[in-house]
Amino acid sequence: MSSSTMHISSPRLPRWAPGLVAAMALALAGLPAIFSGWSIVQWVLAATVVFLIAMPLWSRVVEGRRAAVDRLVTTLVWVSFGCAMAPLIWLLWVVVKNGLPAINADFLSYSMLNVVGEEQGGILHALIGTLLITLAATVLSVPIGILTAIYLVEYGKGSRAARVITFLVDVMTGIPSIVAGLFALSLFVLLFGPAYRSGAGGAVALTLLMIPTVVRSSEEMFRLVPDDLREASYALGVPKWRTIVKVVLPTSVAGIVTGVVLAISRVIGETAPLLVVAGATDGINTNLFDGRMTTLPVFIYSQYASSTPVGYQRAWGGALVLIVLVMVLNLIARIIGRIFSPAKGH
Amino acid sequence: MTATVSPEKAGPETTPTSTRRGDRTFAAIARLAAFTILVALVAVFVFLAVEGWSGLTAVPAVYAPFTSFASYIWPLVVSTLLASAIAVIVAVPFAIGIALFTSHYAPRRLAVVLAYLIDLLAAVPSVVFGLWGGRYLAAYLQPLHVWLHEHLGFLPFFGPGPPSPNGRSLFTAGIVLAIMILPIITAITREVFLQTPRLHEEAALALGATRWEMVRYAVFPYARSGLVSGVMLGLGRALGETMAVAMILATTPQTTLNVIGTAQPATIAANIALNFKEATPERQSLLIATGLVLFIVTFVVNFTARWVAGRSQRKLDR
Repeated sequence: MSSSTMHISSPRLPRWAPGLVAAMALALAGLPAIFSGWSIVQWVLAATVVFLIAMPLWSRVVEGRRAAVDRLVTTLVWVSFGCAMAPLIWLLWVVVKNGLPAINADFLSYSMLNVVGEEQGGILHALIGTLLITLAATVLSVPIGILTAIYLVEYGKGSRAARVITFLVDVMTGIPSIVAGLFALSLFVLLFGPAYRSGAGGAVALTLLMIPTVVRSSEEMFRLVPDDLREASYALGVPKWRTIVKVVLPTSVAGIVTGVVLAISRVIGETAPLLVVAGATDGINTNLFDGRMTTLPVFIYSQYASSTPVGYQRAWGGALVLIVLVMVLNLIARIIGRIFSPAKGH
Repeated sequence: MTATVSPEKAGPETTPTSTRRGDRTFAAIARLAAFTILVALVAVFVFLAVEGWSGLTAVPAVYAPFTSFASYIWPLVVSTLLASAIAVIVAVPFAIGIALFTSHYAPRRLAVVLAYLIDLLAAVPSVVFGLWGGRYLAAYLQPLHVWLHEHLGFLPFFGPGPPSPNGRSLFTAGIVLAIMILPIITAITREVFLQTPRLHEEAALALGATRWEMVRYAVFPYARSGLVSGVMLGLGRALGETMAVAMILATTPQTTLNVIGTAQPATIAANIALNFKEATPERQSLLIATGLVLFIVTFVVNFTARWVAGRSQRKLDR
């Protein structure tokens, strides 16, 4: 029994092998990078290519073909993730870099009324428009969404109608936002004539986009409520509707709020439907039912479309404010979900 | 609690009739809300059809520079399909890679954070993507346009005309769309990857499979229909995405397969957004009619995607 002839496992590369190859690849690509003045992006790209060749090659020699393919795929999977992060980081960096210089107290507290030429102007009117339209859309969509979820979970359980509605809600998430805008426009044009534009139309369009998200998240939360709670309530003689209002809703309220805030953060950045149905204006308009109303995304678009340096600057400033808004909403949603999650409450 | 309620007091306080009335009202309201959604979907179709009908059969002048609805929408359809095809072709390999990364490759604790980062990509508003695409990405990709034209110019997609001098082309728009649809394809693909039975995976590993062989022979076959529906949902998004495309392209009314040329043929959605401000009532009807076409196409794509997903779900449940 000589151990030199018996191999229980095939030879493996040490654990630190990928790290070593990565360092070597970076160094190897670093030489031409320094001499011909590549940017960091080019350097990392070249190093990645070197790694993609070297790592499987070494593995092929020591470990065999199958392990080499495995190493190659592992590398590709890591690279694909890196590639997806690149645009996100680039985009956020660009927005912060261009947006910060544009933002000051005046930018946030003035509208674009009577702003000419190189004057700075502001986004107050757009912020007010965004706030009002989003609020109106929330007020419209949340009751419908929650009641639909109640129907799906508490009443329609397993019925054909409920299955059809669940399916259509899923399909509805894919409605292009501009189609929602055109729908709201058609509705209001039919009622008030072809030139009609208003914030209310925008709210209707956003409602259509918000409902599916609210339904799906509330539905999920209602399903998480244990049946024991419902049965305990029934056993005490509480009618079904009061069980829903007093037991099921309060138990799942944190999750529902999280879902609603996420839905808001999704529609607050919508541009196309509002461009179509709410239009754009330079002044502050606080009446949802009368006249055009600018929202922040539409403001960004129209400043971008003006193709002037000062327009671009305003657009970047608006974009930074919008991104911060969306991120803050996302964060709030996560925090609410984390703090009040039902698993920890009971 | 400590105090016990006496049965005589607790029982008859709510009379059966009032309970039943409350229950019935509440159930009716919930049902009404649910059917509002059905009505809304039908209403979208009906109102677009009513308002867009006159756009289908207007006098030829409305369709300038074309003369009929079919010839007006044809170039838009072609560029919509081209941009979406680019987006899907670019996004799908990355999405599968990322989904695998977060489901099977990344260290467990990291995976949650990384999935959140991908979700962050979905949270970026499309108008910001458009701003970035128009001001930065287009210029950055311009050399790639030249390279593609020089080396693959014999293909109808990259020739024969000169490449775009500023990078604002269907190709750039397609890349931006790819980034935008990446999160949804990733999310759905990841979900189906995670549903692979652990026993299948462990059986593969126990037989001596490498991790890649395990993925290939245990995870992929299981996830096939989920993949299909994820890709189709991504396609639906790409078809209907408006602002990012509108901010990169102009509206050249021209049918061309060349995705990197100087012509900037808009997609259906972008064409609506770009032309709406100056539209006359007749023109407005025409744009609504194109919106109806877009709605029907995306509805069919999404419907099929969900149907495939639902069917595979039922198969798994069995």
